[in-house]
Amino acid sequence: MSYIIQGDTGDWEVVVGLEVHAQVVSEAKLFSGSSTAFGAEPNHQVSLIDAAMPGMLPVINEHCIEQAVKTGLGLKAKINLHSVFERKNYFYADLPQGYQISQYLHPIVGEGKVLLDLEGGKTAEIGIERLHMEQDAGKSMHDQDPRRSFIDLNRAGVCLMEIVSKPDIRSPEEAGAYLRKLRAILRYLGTCDGNMEEGSMRADVNVSVRHPGEELRTRAEIKNVNSVRFVMQAIEVEAARQVEVWETGGEVVQETRLFDSARGETRSMRAKEFAHDYRYFPDPDLLPLNLAPEYVDTLAATLPELPDEKKERFISEYGLSAYDAGVLVAEKKNADYFETVMLGGPEGKRGQRDAKSAVNWVTTNLFGALNAAGKDIADSSIAAGQLGELLDLIADDTISSRIAKEVFDVMFETGRSAGDIVEEKGLKQITDTGAIEAAVDEVIAANPEQADQVRSGNDKAIGWFVGQVMKATGGKANPQMVNQLLRDKLAG
Amino acid sequence: MSLTREDVRKIAFLARIRIADDELDSLAGELNNIIGWVEQLSKVDTDGVEPMTSVADMTLPKRVDAVTDGDVAEKVLANAPDREGDFYTVPKVVE
Amino acid sequence: MSELTRLTITQAAAKLDAGEVSAVELTDAHIAAMETSRGLNAFITETPEIARERATQSDARRAKGAAVGPMDGIPIAVKDLFCTEGVLTTAASHILDGFEPPYESTVSGKLRDAGAVMLGKTNLDEFAMGSSNITSYYKPVLNPWKGADGKDLVPGGSSGGSAAAVASGMAMAATGTDTGGSIRQPGSFCGIVGMKPTYGRCSRWGIVAFASSLDQAGPMTRSVEDAAIMLQAMAGHDPKDSTSAPMETPDFRAQLRDGAKGLRVGIPKEYTLDGMPAEIQALWDQGRQWLEDAGATCKEISLPHTEYALPCYYIVAPAEASSNLARYDGVRYGLRVDGGTLDEMYENTRGEGFGPEVRRRVMIGAYVLSAGYYDAYYVKAQKVRSLIARDFRQAFEDIDVVLAPTAPSAAFAIGEKMDDPIAMYLNDVFTVPASMAGLPAISVPAGLDGSGLPLGLQMIARPFDEVTLFRAAQALEDAAGFEAHPWREGA
Ligand SMILES: [Mg+2]
Ligand SMILES: [Zn+2]
Repeated sequence: MSYIIQGDTGDWEVVVGLEVHAQVVSEAKLFSGSSTAFGAEPNHQVSLIDAAMPGMLPVINEHCIEQAVKTGLGLKAKINLHSVFERKNYFYADLPQGYQISQYLHPIVGEGKVLLDLEGGKTAEIGIERLHMEQDAGKSMHDQDPRRSFIDLNRAGVCLMEIVSKPDIRSPEEAGAYLRKLRAILRYLGTCDGNMEEGSMRADVNVSVRHPGEELRTRAEIKNVNSVRFVMQAIEVEAARQVEVWETGGEVVQETRLFDSARGETRSMRAKEFAHDYRYFPDPDLLPLNLAPEYVDTLAATLPELPDEKKERFISEYGLSAYDAGVLVAEKKNADYFETVMLGGPEGKRGQRDAKSAVNWVTTNLFGALNAAGKDIADSSIAAGQLGELLDLIADDTISSRIAKEVFDVMFETGRSAGDIVEEKGLKQITDTGAIEAAVDEVIAANPEQADQVRSGNDKAIGWFVGQVMKATGGKANPQMVNQLLRDKLAG
Repeated sequence: MSLTREDVRKIAFLARIRIADDELDSLAGELNNIIGWVEQLSKVDTDGVEPMTSVADMTLPKRVDAVTDGDVAEKVLANAPDREGDFYTVPKVVE
Repeated sequence: MSELTRLTITQAAAKLDAGEVSAVELTDAHIAAMETSRGLNAFITETPEIARERATQSDARRAKGAAVGPMDGIPIAVKDLFCTEGVLTTAASHILDGFEPPYESTVSGKLRDAGAVMLGKTNLDEFAMGSSNITSYYKPVLNPWKGADGKDLVPGGSSGGSAAAVASGMAMAATGTDTGGSIRQPGSFCGIVGMKPTYGRCSRWGIVAFASSLDQAGPMTRSVEDAAIMLQAMAGHDPKDSTSAPMETPDFRAQLRDGAKGLRVGIPKEYTLDGMPAEIQALWDQGRQWLEDAGATCKEISLPHTEYALPCYYIVAPAEASSNLARYDGVRYGLRVDGGTLDEMYENTRGEGFGPEVRRRVMIGAYVLSAGYYDAYYVKAQKVRSLIARDFRQAFEDIDVVLAPTAPSAAFAIGEKMDDPIAMYLNDVFTVPASMAGLPAISVPAGLDGSGLPLGLQMIARPFDEVTLFRAAQALEDAAGFEAHPWREGA
């Protein structure tokens, strides 16, 4: 389903590249010892270094380097053993030093790739251009005072990874899939929490359009879009705008634009363009960063299993469909929940649960209930072990899967175990022939005409009898046995 | 290569330094003298020479990831010329 | 003028230990001298209360037999580029109006912990950019030495206030910072010892930055031994400065008295400039003779890229400065001149806050880093810098120290060279090369010119070989026997 915009001058395709700023998970900032925690009092997580007091100097946080290297490895990217921190010089209210310490000519991570699962089992590979480390800026508040903006430097100096994709993205859907996949990888690695609401993941979106097969045309950069949905919308409206511009004989200008989610449009950020001369040069307060190959190897060896590998394993190990496996690994905690179910089981039968039904109960029943309740799996009232127990009761015919659904609902309500609920409500399946036979005889006796219909060959009426018997036994009778007995007794 | 009034105006803006119009020409003259003088470096053969990255041959020292600083709002705000509560202020920025 | 204000640290420490004088007496004598010599404008801020308090504490320590070393109780001046906790710190710039750091620079803190008594903050060229102390927002410093014609002379720069304070008896010693010669050249102009350690020997933390890859703090004293003693207190690895060398600090006096015998001294032929005053060439030759007489072997060496060091410096230093000075924006400290928009506030603040020389260098720096010029200027300069460092590395394969003049002239009159930046820059022609290579260097007062003004000779050593540098400098000092002083009764 390639994304094509029909114009008067023919078809247009959209070409998108994303620059994602991901906040590194760390206790302290990149070059100072102040905290990175979210939501503190203004300027309370600011050191003399973050406030760029005269004579203050940066000293790098080794954990941030480790996080960047891990992320590079997770993106199957080249780790550059030699990288350099440079100063990006510009004046802005939230940039106390008057420059941002970033990486430019020599980033810590080079080319890599991200695999996407798309609608209809399609896949796509999006190239990674580079990943570099840099300082976050502070925050300006413009709505507090009629003539002044207020500045809070709590974020200033927090470590960001800027992850730059190649212009390989061809549709809003691909952009969304790329962001979700990237976020999953970062969360699996524990290098970024991926919370776009809190701004720990922001995207700059580079959009251009062209007739298929053409050279790239001028792109516009949409700055700081803070949700997957908005990124997709922004691409859609910006692409439409550019097609409009080209087709009405205009020129798309290279500029930075803002996405107005309320109006659903992108707007040019007026700025003295000639002023954008960042005068990068190596930061003389720091030395080049050289990594030992052994250091990188050690991190590679201890890297956690990532979505793609987990998906492959779920398919091969549990025989899941690519689709089910994909759904499960999209969020690590979902995959973990499923795997906990699969590894459990009654004494002597550990790890023998049926994967297919486990997937169904997790992705259909549990996720359904959670969505309805607006809950996250993290605070699910049914622990993985408890769901497993329910599966075992079905497996050993203690309850029918119909009863199991009732039990599940009670479990979800109360958080009690399946066993207790079945006991208390006496929901055990009746498998004792005598008991079922009695019920069958009663029903037949009570309904002579229907019985005659069956005898005279109307097979459909059998189903009706099954229903009656089940009702009479409160649904606890084993349906197969009921069916068999009815056939024996009503056989003409 | 010689700087014009306009070049000087642009550089002054890059550096955010107000220069009165009547100073532009004299400043252009001074800057051109200095630039013309440093351009003698072009005579030096630097083929195959690596630019110096740091005088001391050291490796980049690293900090452990621990909160050892911050929570000194009074210290970082004490010298602010126009403080508002615990905020710094600047002339309103319209975005 | 009191005898106490003419002592060296070595002499004063002996008197303090012998109980012949107290730190408070020493301090009071210097506070009095600060007052009588205010005409020199050597101090931006005097801190007599702090001085008396620390002197009292020092005497108390000594009384308990707990003196912490030879600096304990020694009255010193601190260049106003070092941030000092709760004490106005200006870098001699309007833009730092009223700035009182809530922190103490590592170096001034180490001196305080060594018992040194801070008398005040000395004047300098604005942001240390200058060689004559005329760019200070707080007005020029006068050299305590007077020309034959009685004209007021510059003390050199940028550490001119520190040099004038030590030479005139207002402080027994002072801290300076040296980026391209800012300790050594004023040392030469004022007839005192000025020493720039190896880059990385002293922490830069808390020193207002000019050019980060060049700035080094160092001692300005009345003798080579004093310089070694004071550097002992200033030096040491600082984890807060990523460029601070992670190594033990040696005993800088270890070989002080070993003499010149066996020293291999290099005389760089490129340091002979045409048009250089004959007196300076003569003093240089004399210095070579002194060292040979003392048992050193001197030989001519070549540092082929010497003539390019100065233009190279005037690309690298302004480039770093243009970025280092971006933080002075009127938001968090110092001067703020309002404007209708953010950019106008920046332009007004920085336009008013920076003087002409700082403006020039910040703009040159912005220019050489800007798109299209970066490779031609900045990268080219860093390559030339590699060559300058290589010249020294190769030379030091068979010499121990380099001997050269410190400056191409003696102190000149206020007003001279002021209209021509490049003529002013040439003051640093002999000091800049060692700075570009990060090498330790020292200026030792060695003689007087025709009009009776002091001239210094410079020595340069291998990285982190200050021990040999002090040994060679001591031999030179002994041979030179420089005794002249600018003392002018009631000055
Ligand atoms: Mg970017
Ligand atoms: Zn960025």
